[in-house]
Amino acid sequence: MLKRFTRMFLLNKAIPYVIASGLLVGAMLLGISVGTVSVPIETILKLMWAEVLNLPSMGETDPMFTTIVLDIRLPRVILAGLVGASLAVAGAAFQGLLRNPLADPYVLGVSSGASVGAVLVLFFNLSLPLIGMFTLPIMSIAASIVTIFLVLFFARQIERSMRVETIILTGIVFSSFLGSLLSLMIALTGEELRQIIGWLLGSVSMRGWEYIAIILPFFVIGACILLVSSKELNAMSFGEERAQHIGVNVAKRKLWILIGGSILTGGAVAVSGTIGFVGLVIPHLTRLLWGPDHRHLLPLAILLGAAFLIVTDLISRIIISPTELPIGVITSLIGAPVFAIILIRRRKERRG
Amino acid sequence: MLTVNHVTGGYPGHEVLQDLSFDVKRGELLGIVGPNGSGKTTIFKVISGILKADKGEVLLKDKAISKYSAKQLAKVLAVLPQHAEHAFPYTVKETVSLGRYAHQTGWFQMWSERDEAVVQKTMEQTGIKAFQDNYVNELSGGERQRVFLAQALAQEPEILLLDEPTNHLDLSYQKELLDLLKKWTREQGLTVISIFHDLNLAGLYCDRLLLLEDGKVNMHHKPNEVLDEARIQSVYRTNIEKHPHPTVPKPQMLLLPEKQGEDLDDLVIDERFLMSNEEMIQLKAPFPLRTMSSGVVGSGTGWYNTFVNRHVEKSYSCSNHREEMEAYLKNHQIDPVETVGMMTAVCLEDVSYQLIEDDGVSVFVVVTAGVGNAVDASRSVEHVYEPMPGTINTWVFVNGSLTDEAFIQSIMTATEAKVKVMHDHHVKDAITGSFATGTSTDSILIAATQRGKHLPYAGTITVLGKLISQGIYMCTSEALNKYRKRVSE
Repeated sequence: MLKRFTRMFLLNKAIPYVIASGLLVGAMLLGISVGTVSVPIETILKLMWAEVLNLPSMGETDPMFTTIVLDIRLPRVILAGLVGASLAVAGAAFQGLLRNPLADPYVLGVSSGASVGAVLVLFFNLSLPLIGMFTLPIMSIAASIVTIFLVLFFARQIERSMRVETIILTGIVFSSFLGSLLSLMIALTGEELRQIIGWLLGSVSMRGWEYIAIILPFFVIGACILLVSSKELNAMSFGEERAQHIGVNVAKRKLWILIGGSILTGGAVAVSGTIGFVGLVIPHLTRLLWGPDHRHLLPLAILLGAAFLIVTDLISRIIISPTELPIGVITSLIGAPVFAIILIRRRKERRG
Repeated sequence: MLTVNHVTGGYPGHEVLQDLSFDVKRGELLGIVGPNGSGKTTIFKVISGILKADKGEVLLKDKAISKYSAKQLAKVLAVLPQHAEHAFPYTVKETVSLGRYAHQTGWFQMWSERDEAVVQKTMEQTGIKAFQDNYVNELSGGERQRVFLAQALAQEPEILLLDEPTNHLDLSYQKELLDLLKKWTREQGLTVISIFHDLNLAGLYCDRLLLLEDGKVNMHHKPNEVLDEARIQSVYRTNIEKHPHPTVPKPQMLLLPEKQGEDLDDLVIDERFLMSNEEMIQLKAPFPLRTMSSGVVGSGTGWYNTFVNRHVEKSYSCSNHREEMEAYLKNHQIDPVETVGMMTAVCLEDVSYQLIEDDGVSVFVVVTAGVGNAVDASRSVEHVYEPMPGTINTWVFVNGSLTDEAFIQSIMTATEAKVKVMHDHHVKDAITGSFATGTSTDSILIAATQRGKHLPYAGTITVLGKLISQGIYMCTSEALNKYRKRVSE
């Protein structure tokens, strides 16, 4: 019985993983290869073979290619991938928890909270002792966690049963409020203006390996918290009371999922600024393709989210080359219409 | 199994439950009933651990419910919600499988053979196996209900809580679900606690009922005791009547709608409504009358507005006279569903009828009589059974409101008066030679308007009894005289 189940599992469930992984690898190769200087795929594979996997070299490569790939494009692609993965899996978890495919870190105000935290650091040129370089991401993550709890606290004040609509509405109110705080800081700022604006628009360019070191631990911790909660997310998408009846410790799990999602969002915002809509579109797309089971939805969203942001980043830097567009602009340009379509479809479903 | 001890609680600032105590035994089917706002759902939330009691405690298998972890509780107690959200399109099997959550242990929570077996079994029991790969949100209300029932059963609970399980279900599913629950309590010792809106369903299926009123226990007893007319009227603040179920020994509570308009209270059933020709005598009442009768169609008790006494030939013989009678009525544009129909071989011109009044009560009697096959009831064993069209057909229309016992007494009184007529007219049984008491196929109809004066009894010397015996005696005598005259001619 178990064997048959495993076999069925492999047959049915392995295909999406193969496709999503293939997309990710393809996106990575494309992201490294395409640019002002085009690097042949073959060269990339050779470099990976030799430098990353430390295997005997398969022939000489141009040192210029080595520098471009290893110092510029590879860290950029990995960072874009991590940010995309973080936002996508956080979005998927928030959507499951709130039982609403319209929820995402951006809508709930968590992104804005993280931005305020980060901009405060930039604005006051803060550098906390002991954590030094990590001041901005830590502040950003702390701010995002504080924000999600404030949102939930206020939603509970408005309505005890905390309907999903109330939470989203509260999140939007917080987003606007925090947005005004950001505008206030921008208005009062002097020389850091360009830095802040550039950061706010979102970008993964010229970050280097240090930024990967910053986001990676948060990504690993956040993703682990969410991945071990995937069953509970399944249960909670039937309502919190139902989940409680099935045996889920709802209060505890909800807290963990919100913290996990906030860590991921905070980490992503800290290294790349606010990149909207990845957390909305990717989970929704994944669910449409492969179903709502969070045990598969979360890992698949990680793979697709990473691939999506790598491609988006590629578009942002080649579309009006040599000028780079902020990546947040591209995701929003794609994301906003998709958001609208989902909204309209849901309304129609409810009415029909 | 489950004991609720002096529980007080509810929502902040609004204590719904007031010192509530009751217990449920293993294998029992307990129904919780009560009007809206009486605390049914609140006590459910307390039992299932969603709400905490302010005072008192709930003991599940002798252990306070607050001492259970969510997972432990889910292994003992499952809940079928009134409606569950389904934000995302899960398949039926995925949904049912979630019920195994509490049973899966370890870091990776592997899906075991046992999990699979239990899920397959519950899907079979609830009849949803056929559409296990369909999406839950595409199912009908009844099917969806069964999916969530399967999910709850997959928890392998010892207690199942149901919140108005028959809501949104059509009749056949209501019965199917409750029969299934009843079977599980009997065969597997499952304990079921269910909220009911429908008192009759609750009375039919539950071992005991818990009647709540304003957050307190009004009564916790067997359905027949709890479903007391006066008690339910006062708790629900509405007009209902209690009647026995026609086929099972359980009570049924019936709603009484307020009378609307059409003020026919003063209307008296008399010869104005009687039509007669040589084929049939017909009385068409302007509203349905409550009847007790022994006709060919519409016999027993019921509500009918058309009454037919049909002439048939003496040689009339038919293997299914009821069907033939219905067809006959339809041919004459009379609806058999609303009709009490009798047959007689007597010439209908000889009908005798009379309206008798006294003390604001009136009785209209219609009799056709023939004594060709008169029988002495005390010596009827000497007769061979041979169905023949009834020859003394008696109709009694009472303009008043009768109790069931008044109906029965009316039949007795009418029969006694008839026997007396036979005696006084020296009608003899042709076989035994003794005085006859009636004919072998007499029919009787008592029909009451159920409006106007309340008449609880109809014994021979009550107001009604006097009218009936007097009317029957006079009409039967007259009809008999006419019959004899015609026979002798």
